[in-house]
Amino acid sequence: MNWEIIIGLEVHAELSTRSKLFCPCSTAFGGAPNTQVCPVCSGMPGSLPAVNRAAVEYAMRLGLALGCSVAERCKFDRKNYFYPDLPKAYQVSQLYEPICRDGALEICSPSGPKTIGIREIHMEEDAGKLNHNGVTLMDFNRCGVPLLEIVSQPDMRGGAEAVAYLEKLRDTLLYLDICDCKMQEGSIRADVNVSVRRPGEALGTRTEMKNLNSFKAIARAIDYESRRQADILQSGGAITQETRRWDDANGVSYGMRNKENAQDYRYFPEPDLLPLRIDAAWLAAVRESLPEMAHQKRERYMREHGLSAHEAAVLTSHRNVARLYEELCALSSQPVESARLLTGEVMRLCNATGTAAEDLALDAAKLARLVGFVLDGKISRAAYKEVTEAVFTRDADVDAYIAEKGLMMSLRGDEAAEAARLVLAEQPGALADYRAGKQKAFGFLMGQVMRKLGGAGNPALAERALRQALDGSD
Amino acid sequence: MSALELGSAIRRGEAGAAEAVAACIDAAERDNPRYGAFLCLLRERALARAKAVQARIDSGEALSALAGVPVAVKDNISTQGVATTCASAMLERYVPVYDATVITKLEAAGMIVIGKCNMDEFAMGGSSETGAFGPVCNPRRVTHVAGGSSGGSAAAVAARLAPLALGSDTGGSIRQPCAFCGVTGIKPTYGSVSRHGLIAYASSLDQIGPLARDIDDCAALLSVISGPCALDSTCVIDAPFDFSRQRPENLRGTRIGLPRNYLARGIDEDVRAAVAGAAREFEAAGAAVDEFDMPLMDYMVPAYYIIACAEASSNLSRYDGLKYGYKSPAAKTLSDVYRLSRSEGFGLEVKRRIMLGSFVLSSGYYDAYYNKALQIRALIKDAYNKLFERYDMLLSPVAPTAAYALGENIGDPMKMYMGDIYTVSVNLAGLPAAALPCGLSREGLPIGFQLVGDSFSEGKLIAAGRVYQSRTAHHTAACGGDAL
Repeated sequence: MNWEIIIGLEVHAELSTRSKLFCPCSTAFGGAPNTQVCPVCSGMPGSLPAVNRAAVEYAMRLGLALGCSVAERCKFDRKNYFYPDLPKAYQVSQLYEPICRDGALEICSPSGPKTIGIREIHMEEDAGKLNHNGVTLMDFNRCGVPLLEIVSQPDMRGGAEAVAYLEKLRDTLLYLDICDCKMQEGSIRADVNVSVRRPGEALGTRTEMKNLNSFKAIARAIDYESRRQADILQSGGAITQETRRWDDANGVSYGMRNKENAQDYRYFPEPDLLPLRIDAAWLAAVRESLPEMAHQKRERYMREHGLSAHEAAVLTSHRNVARLYEELCALSSQPVESARLLTGEVMRLCNATGTAAEDLALDAAKLARLVGFVLDGKISRAAYKEVTEAVFTRDADVDAYIAEKGLMMSLRGDEAAEAARLVLAEQPGALADYRAGKQKAFGFLMGQVMRKLGGAGNPALAERALRQALDGSD
Repeated sequence: MSALELGSAIRRGEAGAAEAVAACIDAAERDNPRYGAFLCLLRERALARAKAVQARIDSGEALSALAGVPVAVKDNISTQGVATTCASAMLERYVPVYDATVITKLEAAGMIVIGKCNMDEFAMGGSSETGAFGPVCNPRRVTHVAGGSSGGSAAAVAARLAPLALGSDTGGSIRQPCAFCGVTGIKPTYGSVSRHGLIAYASSLDQIGPLARDIDDCAALLSVISGPCALDSTCVIDAPFDFSRQRPENLRGTRIGLPRNYLARGIDEDVRAAVAGAAREFEAAGAAVDEFDMPLMDYMVPAYYIIACAEASSNLSRYDGLKYGYKSPAAKTLSDVYRLSRSEGFGLEVKRRIMLGSFVLSSGYYDAYYNKALQIRALIKDAYNKLFERYDMLLSPVAPTAAYALGENIGDPMKMYMGDIYTVSVNLAGLPAAALPCGLSREGLPIGFQLVGDSFSEGKLIAAGRVYQSRTAHHTAACGGDAL
């Protein structure tokens, strides 16, 4: 009999606001330790938090994009625990009255489209970082960076759906421009709740898995954990509700703490902050400022540009690709050719070089120039590919590259006709062979014509001129 | 000479800022061993600043009515570059990297901080005996407590070691030492003075306020330190106070409520009589004094201690031995650093309150204690709101007794906590209150009363206090030093 795998995700997304949640310190990643700190985020005695309005608006944006109800009044709570990366020994979070509740995210699961419920989104501050290197040093730069915790309903059924959900959530965060979603920098992190049950039965006891640093690790961890639980249940055992740590190197998880020794966080309302009120006008203004989302862009590309569903999907798969496409369209006024270039050659180059869509940094102006050249018949399709690759791999200058490689095709038919006439005059032997029905001779003559044109010839024009010259020399 | 008179003399060139500062510090150096009012004196720094302020005054710059006037500051208010210990071994060597907003405001007004005042450890206590560096002694009688937790601030003013002081009031910590030492103080409306830089005891209750010889000086100092602050979200006032027009001749039309049940039981007879005398004085000044029964009296102290300790348990968690403050030399592991540093660095009363607060917030007890206390707090606020439909202000005792002997009550926390019965509900409701001297006990120890007003009605309280002090001399009795 099969086990059904039930997954719920808690995703932490670091917001890309310029300053921290409760103080004006920079949120930039990678600064020298403790250079982006002040009395507030380092928890000096007597310091007080003041809420960053931009961070609240970012939370509102995500809530609106996920169809959540945004609370007119929300408040912050303190989560108390001792750890060296938490200088106040409490994290300001939202337990009792989060900013957003009850939303949904449409995902493309392996079995087709599916709606995953969003239970709530709440705001909180990030902790610092400990650097272990013989001695443990504290770095508070990350302390107080705003986070959103996005809590899903237990609506996913297996690792593939969990990954599809995460990909869709990541795209949404990127489209909203509120998180850079760099997993390797920890700007998006996920805790996974896993349980298994016989289909139709009530939900089983769940475990929570932490330390998941990639989508691949998440899929593997779910796979491992669901099998572990099924094995226990199969052999008559019971699942302990616990927090487990995933060890990706060894492909196993191990228990960190269970219900009995669970931390008591002694949550209570943060007395240093007043309840946050979001009135209708503020909410409306944020709603007004929401960017066009992927599904809206997809429909518009198909409707206005006449793209195929596949092209529209590829172009909107990542906000960065859509942005490049729209810039390219604006500069080239050629939406169809622009779409073809990006979904074809550029995607091929991305795959070949392992370039992630978010790292794609192409100069739209250069691509627009290329699109113009190929549509005007100034360069061949082969040259188009070649120059695209040069732009992709080393940001080559389009005009200089074409000139250097002599890729610009001759445009003038009379030049080609003159070359064809000269070749026929110079190559009576080949002409005779052609007349005798030797098709190979045509290829030789074409080569000679192209050579005369010095590599700048348009092969189509050259062929037409050669055929005309052959016809005329009868 | 009052602080305002001193300020005026300095402006007129009849007194010098540096001389005033030197006189205070000389007196404090001489008398402080007797009172323990100061934890540190800042002679060099204060004199340098006084000279700078004097130069500005001499150049005709109008700084404020208190420019050049020395001020003593409770040692839980952060002063950049000057140790701020909260009278705790935990913070004995802690030097803030920034100034509290009130310090910035004092200095902008040309006032000179001359030293940091002793207190109960982390403002937890009502006798200034819980500090790690010795108790404060009452200048009226050095065998007796000065009250607390702002005991050092009250004693410094009472002993004439400083004309003005800042204290903080979480459950009576300005008013009660004022009453015990015979000086005047104001606990302002929650949200009228920035808490930025005030080392927190209980965030939703703490408020910085002035202590002085009379209500006029308190009003002047409160005008300087009040006002909005971008660094404190709970500081909701929209402009600094201006009390210049609160100078009525009499109190005709002022309705004063007198809580009958406050005076009925558990109160020292001398205190009851002195407070009743104050009420008669207000009647004589034209006010209508009316008795009523204060509701919820039995719930005030428990609700206060639950909420204050809950917040304190969280606020004081940051003292973990890792970043600043005391670290146990015996600690070997991380959990040792936490456990030993906190066990050794905090005093008994602080640990008692941290444990009490941790307990009431813990899962399974939160609803039974903390949530219930919040409900009581809401009921108390409602009760006050209803009272202020009938009265302009309430007149009540500050404490059930006058100052007691050092060591007399310190071993009996319940007795100490019940001493807060008349003051804590004011903090729970976030209201302003002024404490003024109104006589002496048979033993010759000062007795005070308080006027409690509706939110942001400090003006009314100050007007009433001015009328009262213009008709009485309880606030003028001198004692101790003679610097001023």
